[in-house]
Amino acid sequence: MTDVAVTTKSPRQAPRRLGDLIFGSTARGSGILILAALAGVAIFLTVQGIPALSASSSDLAGHSTFVGYVWPLVFGTLFAAVMALAIATPLAIGLALTVSHYAPKSVATVIGYLIDLLAAVPSVVYGLWGITYLGPKLVPVYSWLADHVGWFPLFKGPASDTGRTILTASIVLAIMVLPIITAISREIFLQTPRLNEEAALALGATRWETIRLAVFPYARSGIVSAVMLGLGRAMGETMAVAMVLSVTGVGSITFNTISSTNPSTIAANIALNFNESSGKAINALILSGLVLFAITFIINFAARLIVARREMR
Amino acid sequence: MTDVTIGSSDHIAIRHPRLPRFAPILVAVLAVAASTLIGLSIHFNIAGIVILAVLIYLVALPTWSLLIENRRSAVDRLFTTLVWCALAVALIPLISLVAMVVKNGAAQLTGSFFTSSMRNVIGQGGGIQHALVGTLMITAAAAVISVPIGIMAAVYLVEYGARSRAAAALRFLVDVMTGIPSIVAGLFAYALFALFFGAGVQMALGGAVALSLLMIPIVVRSTEEMLKLVPEHLREASYALGVPKWRTIVKVVLPTASSGIITGVTLAIARIIGETAPLLIIAGATASTNWDLFAPQTPTETLPVFIYSQYSSPGLFPKFATDRAWGAALVLIIVVLALNLLARVLGRIFAPSKSH
Repeated sequence: MTDVAVTTKSPRQAPRRLGDLIFGSTARGSGILILAALAGVAIFLTVQGIPALSASSSDLAGHSTFVGYVWPLVFGTLFAAVMALAIATPLAIGLALTVSHYAPKSVATVIGYLIDLLAAVPSVVYGLWGITYLGPKLVPVYSWLADHVGWFPLFKGPASDTGRTILTASIVLAIMVLPIITAISREIFLQTPRLNEEAALALGATRWETIRLAVFPYARSGIVSAVMLGLGRAMGETMAVAMVLSVTGVGSITFNTISSTNPSTIAANIALNFNESSGKAINALILSGLVLFAITFIINFAARLIVARREMR
Repeated sequence: MTDVTIGSSDHIAIRHPRLPRFAPILVAVLAVAASTLIGLSIHFNIAGIVILAVLIYLVALPTWSLLIENRRSAVDRLFTTLVWCALAVALIPLISLVAMVVKNGAAQLTGSFFTSSMRNVIGQGGGIQHALVGTLMITAAAAVISVPIGIMAAVYLVEYGARSRAAAALRFLVDVMTGIPSIVAGLFAYALFALFFGAGVQMALGGAVALSLLMIPIVVRSTEEMLKLVPEHLREASYALGVPKWRTIVKVVLPTASSGIITGVTLAIARIIGETAPLLIIAGATASTNWDLFAPQTPTETLPVFIYSQYSSPGLFPKFATDRAWGAALVLIIVVLALNLLARVLGRIFAPSKSH
């Protein structure tokens, strides 16, 4: 392409100064350090996690192999995160549409602040709220669900009488990932080409038809990546789940969302057991952390790839 | 077409019949009235009545619209209602949470709450002094690590790497890093420090390293956005005066972007100051004040961990511990909001004047 300009060294180029050399390599070094840290996460977790593969069942909460130990946790992590997304995605899209298309500008600004506030609340406070307020409030709802919709596998019951179930945890997670999905979707909705929207309006489309015909097709890949980023966040979220969920051992694989027998998540399991563990039990927790890192890394990688492709367009 | 004269709509209906402008309000009032009547007669609580009113509204308005207007308008009205409902549903938890924290926490904010630690406290009393010290120390250390690395990496991305493949890869991986679960950052710090200090290490510096892993990507991305906004002609004017590149960056580019960079750093601090999970693992929990960042095998309490441990291990008198947890939660939320506010104010103070 334009190799010529690069390869032929201009005689008028300023001589390289020592300051430039130092400053430039410091900048480059910082970039390399960040990459080294990212690689370090994988390397250190692997090194400290490997001994868990030879751990005995007393260090693996009664399971004979590490895979048997981590599998219920992977299931719980995915299950809670997917339920949280199922609740949060429609709400977030509605919220983003309110800000971008429905609310007048002054109202939209206020809503924007409120969403920022929702994102600013630390996760441990969500946990405290979930266990003292939301959980007890949901107990009657759960017993109603168990009595009337008990044929549906998710609501099989018997209902927990503390409200500390995986569904409560998912609702708290949904509230926590709502701001992320909303913020990204709102940006993308606002980027819809003005002409596309006006063309739809000129054809007599109602507001909803405009959104369906002009905004959504344009925003589809953006929404997908927003949801995936939310999924990554929901899977890695620790404290809210650790505090809200009532769980024995590493949890059990069940699709029943309202009973007192619950699956646990990788992150919550680490937080609850790390300080009480020693020896190979610590290695097992670290290796489960590596599994979580790998899963969230892949999800985030894919989501960012979609975003990057979009920006290239 | 020529038949249509403006102003005489007696014969040909150009427009569809429309619902009156006040239709949504009318339906809303009727829905609330109807649901209150039904709710009171079969003993619903307030939540039940509100939900019933929304359901009646959701059915009534589109049905009316379907009868008078057409199917498309009815669908439009249905979705308008649903979108606003999403807003209401999303705000309920926020309002409830803030109300709970303020109601339960406000009574705790006495002077001694800020000046006493939990050392030798069994029942009532005690405070968050040791947790405040820990939070300030660890967060400050995390900022000291993250800010130079983050800003220099952003300088590389904008000024040196520019469109190179290495810069693109770094930018992409930094984005991916923003999604690292916080507990994984804690495990990383533990695994790293356990190499030097042995298993079971608890050290404030480790907490700072864990938080840095979460903070650096945020600083890099916000700084990069700000550096990109610096006009190219400022750099070129500086080069034209014979100023070397590194002095141009230090004296021209960074000062021009300083307001945005400071805002970004403050927001990044606000983001990590509420982190609990990594600190629980590497910094631990304690009742005493620890001022030493570098003391190995010494746990350091932080505000979020204080909230968690007061709730999870309340001791003999759970009520007092829970009260303290709410008080600390209120303090933490105030701190985070103050940082967010500070970010805006600093951004305005350091904003480059428009005069030049």
